[in-house]
This record gives sequence, C-alpha cells and structure tokens, in this order.
Amino acid sequence: MVDAAEKSWPRGWENVKDAVLQFGRNPAAVISFFVFIVMIVLAIFGPLISPHDPVKVGTGPRLSPPGGDFLFGTDQFGRDVFSRVLYGARLTLQASVIAVVVAAGIGIPLGLLAGYAGKTVDSIISRLIDILLSFPGILLALVVVAILGTGLAKVQLAVGVSLIPSYARLVRGGVLSAKENLYVEAARAGGCSSVRIATRHILPNLFVPLLVLSTTAIGWAIIIATSINFIGLGVQPPTPEWGADLGSARSYLGVAWWPGTFPGLAILITILSVNLIGDGLQNALDPRMRSSGVSES
Amino acid sequence: MGRYIIKRLLLAVPTLLGVVVGAFLIIHFVPGDPVKVMLFGANPSPRQIEDLRHQLGLDLPLERQFVRYLGGLVRGDMGESIQSHRKVADEIASYFMPTLILTFAGMGIAIVFGFAIGVLAALRPNSWLDGVAMTVVNLAVAMPAFWLGILLILVFALKLGWFPVTGQGGGIRLVLPALSLGIGYSAIIARLVRSNLVSVLEREYILTARSKGLGETTIVLRHALKNALIPVITMIGLQFGNMMGASVVIETLFARTGLGRLLVTSILQRDYPLIQGTILVFGAIYILSNLVIDVLYSLVDPRIRVA
Repeated sequence: MVDAAEKSWPRGWENVKDAVLQFGRNPAAVISFFVFIVMIVLAIFGPLISPHDPVKVGTGPRLSPPGGDFLFGTDQFGRDVFSRVLYGARLTLQASVIAVVVAAGIGIPLGLLAGYAGKTVDSIISRLIDILLSFPGILLALVVVAILGTGLAKVQLAVGVSLIPSYARLVRGGVLSAKENLYVEAARAGGCSSVRIATRHILPNLFVPLLVLSTTAIGWAIIIATSINFIGLGVQPPTPEWGADLGSARSYLGVAWWPGTFPGLAILITILSVNLIGDGLQNALDPRMRSSGVSES
Repeated sequence: MGRYIIKRLLLAVPTLLGVVVGAFLIIHFVPGDPVKVMLFGANPSPRQIEDLRHQLGLDLPLERQFVRYLGGLVRGDMGESIQSHRKVADEIASYFMPTLILTFAGMGIAIVFGFAIGVLAALRPNSWLDGVAMTVVNLAVAMPAFWLGILLILVFALKLGWFPVTGQGGGIRLVLPALSLGIGYSAIIARLVRSNLVSVLEREYILTARSKGLGETTIVLRHALKNALIPVITMIGLQFGNMMGASVVIETLFARTGLGRLLVTSILQRDYPLIQGTILVFGAIYILSNLVIDVLYSLVDPRIRVA
C-alpha cells in the first residue's frame, strides 16, 4: 500500500516515519514534547524574558506574595522568584545535558571495552559496574563531591559519573548479544575489523535503547542534581537553582509558601515531561526498530 | 537451599571487599594534599599538618596504609573524626538507628500504598479508577521527595497543625518524613504490582480457578498475588538501597539526626575519616540488603534454588 506521503520519504527512512507517527498518536508524549521545547526556549532566552534581575537583593519587598510585579512573589532577600525560576531552568537543563554527555561519553566506550575484551577484563569491569549499580545514584554523586569538593561544575561531573554504570551495562549487553549474531560473524568473515563492526553494526542497533536510556537518565540527573543543591553541597548562593532555592526556602515556610513551591513545580513539570517523552519514544520505537534493524547494507 | 545461601554469601565477599577498597581510596583521590584540605580554615602550622598526616598514616606507603585500614576495620576501629575527635565508629553507631527506622518506615508506607493502589488498579484495568490511579502514580514518580516533603510541611504541619515541622525520634515526628520518603517509591511499586497482576490475571490457571467456581477474592489473594509478588520483591529490595540514599535529603529537610545528615556534614567539613566510615557503612548495608533480597527471592521462587 503506497500512498503519496510514503513516496516523499527517502529510502531507509520509513522506520523513522512510522516511529514519528506512532509517537504522534500518544497525546501525553506529544504534549510533553512541546512542554519540553518550551522549557528549552525559556532556558535559552531566560535572560531576555526575565522581568527582573534574579540575584539583585531588594528588587522588591522581602517575602511578598505572588502578584503585581512579581508573578511568583519574592524571596527572603527581596528577589523575584519568577526570574530565579527562569534562570534556574537554564542551569538545570545544562546540568542534565552535561551529565548525560559525560555518562555516555565514558559509559559507552567502557561498555564496548567490556563487551569486546577477553573473559578476565570483562568480568572485572562488569563486576565493578554491578557494584556501582547497586548504589543509589545520589550516593555515588555524593562520593564524587566528597572527593572533589562542592560547586556547580563538580556537581555536574558527579551526576554524570553516577550515571556511567547504566550506560556501560547497556552497551556491554548489546555487544555481547551482537557477538552471537550471524551478521557479525559474516562481517568478520568478510574481513571487517572490530572497530568497523562496532561502529557500523552494533552502535546503530543500540541507538534506540541508548536514546530511551538517555531520556530516563535526564530525569535521574535532574533529581540528583537538585537534591545535592538542596542540601547545600552544590551551587553557592546567590546562584539561582531550583534545588538550592527550595533549600533556602525551608526556613521561611512558616511565613511564605511561594519560594518553596514554584521551583519545585518547575522540577516536577520538567521531569514529568521528560519521563512521558521517554515512554512515548519507547512505545514508538521499541517494537519497531529492534526487529527491523538499522544496519546499512 | 543452604547451598544457595552459602554460594550467595561467598559472592558478596568480593563485593564487600570492593566497597572497602573504594572507601579506603576516597581520601587518596582528593586533588592536592588531603591533609591541607582537611585543615583548611584552621590555619595550621606545618608541624600540625605533618602531625595529622602521621596520625592518619598518610606518610606510609599505600599498601601498608591499606593493611592498617583493614586491621582497624577488623577491630571495629574506623579512625577518628577530624572535627569532633570522637571515634568514627561511635559517631556512626549513634546515628545508625534513626536512619534505619526512617528507611523502614518509608518502606512500609511504600509497600502499603503501592500494593493498595496497584491491586485496585489491576482489578479494574482501563477503567476511570485505573486512569486516575496511574496519573497520580506518574506525578508521584516525577516529584522530588524533598519537594513533596516541603508541600507536606506546608499543608499538614503549618496550615493544619497536625504534625510537627521538624524533629527526630519516632511516633508523630516520623510521619511526615516517612511519607515524603515512601510516597515516591510507592508509585514505583504500584506500577509494577499493577502490570504484573494484570498479566497474571489473564493467564490460564486463573481461568481454571474461576471455572472451578472459586470466589474472586480467593483467586486474587491466593493465586494471582503470589505469582505477581516475585518481581515486586526484587524491586522492593533494590529500592531499599535507593531509599536509604534518599533519606540523606529527607533527614536534612526535617532536621533529623541520622547517617544521612552525618554524611552531609562530614562532606561539608571535609572530614575524611568520617566520610570514609559512613560510605563504608552505607555500602555494607546495600550489599546486605541485596543479599537478603536474593535469599528471600529464592524462598519464594523454588526454581532459583535449582539453578
């Protein structure tokens, strides 16, 4: 059954089209996707949109409720909560992207190494991965902070490190199961080197699981990063950050509910949309791409 | 059965060793001179720096340091806190129980709520009840525990005055912290219980039971739940470790003393002997809980024992 829409897609992209359509049938995923785009836009253009300076003390009266000039009210230093939430978006998204890049950048080669190496190297690496995976992410991140010290960049690194084992394990599994596949044997027989096999066959097949893992990983990264900032081991004042702002709002909850609510709401919306996008991606991509395979002929 | 436990215990030993090595190495990965880092702010004299270095054994070769560390561990000596000069083992012992109590309370809430919601949703799949339940579950999963805690404080402690805002110990002071900790995990459990129960209820042996004329409650409780239980037990075990990690944040929010807050303070103060000890204890607890879960799992699913 060939219709006009199919004809317009270049060869090899039919799977992608199917996936996009399938994703489009999931209302929660689509809404989340647009919400996430809005978040990214707000993060990028935050400084331009922001009505007030987020760090200037005394922008308005201290602890004044939402309304008037201050959409989300002001905090204990008279700073505009809305502006701080806006600036915080950029920090949070930045942190989670960096964390995922670090985790993938180290985890993927590590997984490849474990999968390709001989029995002993593999068992050592995978034992290490299992040990690390049995620890909660936040604790791994705290160990890194304990070693390197507090501060924004170190938190981002710490969160990235805590996510490495998940990537390594996924890639290692992919290599091991691919090794048993006929097409890898055929490629070897044809004279392909291991590197070529890895890049042309194994990694493309891992693209979908890695993508889905990454959406979950972004959610984890946000939770871990905001938690570390909340307990005060991350960014230093007056940097606007959702977790850190919630932390400083603690002492004033008795008199002001807004500094402790809006940053948290922002966290919730971000993580929720990322989760739903991940679910949508998984539904749209998993049953389709895994069976059809993406290796080029 | 005994053989499996022995085998599993043996497997845990290298993991434990790995954690010991990891904890030991923490101080050695610190960029720069860890002794100077620890004494930062106290304006130490070169003599004081060297004294501390010698006291911590950092002037010895690495292997000898490790042997010394192991030897201390065997005797239950984890060194002394740089800040308080109390023995690390004593500090940890005094803060150990509150954290354990909090984690168990959170776990209890997670299991009770999780199962209740999961079973209810599974009994009426795709109904409006199911939809509402799963929406709430999705929200709970995406919510950071510390924000939930803040909301709970705002509503139930400050507005309604039912609970105290902060404080340690059990009883009424435990309720809000345990809820903050447990609700997120109850959502994870609910999702798993629901999906497992739904698929189990569709299986043939349930059809057989129904055709035998057994009542719906008996079917659900006696047959379906038991089989759906197995992956959930594993999940609960895995989440126990995560929950202990999350207790770090909850303890800070509610100003409760416990291992979590001890860890946070020790990191802030760069008190490495204390950091190492706390990490080691956390690690040992995770390994132990994984072990317990594996054994429980083998009890519930006889097939595992044969493997």
